[in-house]
Amino acid sequence: MGRDGAERLELVRAASSGDRSAFGELVELTYPEAYTLALRLMGNEDDARDVVQDAYLRAYKGIRRFRGDSSFSTWLYRIVANCASTQLTRRGKARHEELDDAGVADERPDVDPELRAEGAFERDRVAAALGRLPDRLRAVIVLRDIYDLPHEDIAAELGISEAAAKVRLHRARRKMREHLYPLRGDQPGEESARAV
Amino acid sequence: MQCDQVADLLPQIVEGTVPADRRIVHHVDACLRCQAELAQYRRLLRAVHQLRTQVLEPAPGLLTEILAGLEEAGERGALRSLLTGRRVAYLSGLAVAAGAAGAAGALVLANRSRRMRLAG
Repeated sequence: MGRDGAERLELVRAASSGDRSAFGELVELTYPEAYTLALRLMGNEDDARDVVQDAYLRAYKGIRRFRGDSSFSTWLYRIVANCASTQLTRRGKARHEELDDAGVADERPDVDPELRAEGAFERDRVAAALGRLPDRLRAVIVLRDIYDLPHEDIAAELGISEAAAKVRLHRARRKMREHLYPLRGDQPGEESARAV
Repeated sequence: MQCDQVADLLPQIVEGTVPADRRIVHHVDACLRCQAELAQYRRLLRAVHQLRTQVLEPAPGLLTEILAGLEEAGERGALRSLLTGRRVAYLSGLAVAAGAAGAAGALVLANRSRRMRLAG
């Protein structure tokens, strides 16, 4: 375990036994990653801020119950995912940013085509495509393919069955693949017509 | 096997959660479309995995807001436990007082009945 990991573990132990300043230090260490996940799940900054604040309050109240079966980050990700799910449900958000049939807009059309496959640009395209997926599909692909959460945890935090989580993941990946790297014969919109 | 059957499994094969059996391998070897789709899923998952290392810039003032929220929650909790503690002390005091009053009453009754027995 690295120094950071050991330091974090020590802070988790102290926070679990009621040390508020240790919890504050944990927040300082982890809030950028919590915010990143929240922003990816919610799709906008205001909602992401609310989710992160709510998540840390829940984490603070539940830190004594944190048994250390997973890393603190994974535990926190689950809380963030749960708060995001609650927020999305509560607000009954009707999002219209679904990927349209024309595919993901190229935000840098003047870039040399040969450079397009390069890391940063590819990453931006993928992030933009993720941001335009419907909430329910984006949540599963973010939690599984970026944050590596098991299907079981994803299902639990989103309040759906494991089978539904797998189906959503399949549809999310397919939708992303069809729009980012379309093949001849792909029919955009086919997937979105079949709601989970 | 048909393309549709294979296509549904391609992401899991790339992910490594579903093994590619002989029939799938045989189909993909002979099918240009499935080969292309497999390559595109590899590309997609590689690109999505790249986001793992990316940390987005938090909104300004977020840390302050989180810590202020926690401080407030902590103070509320402390106040609640203080009130709970006082309530417990108050109820304990009542219980002790009631117990003492009961004991005193019992003594008075006992003395009275003893005097009545002696007088009788």
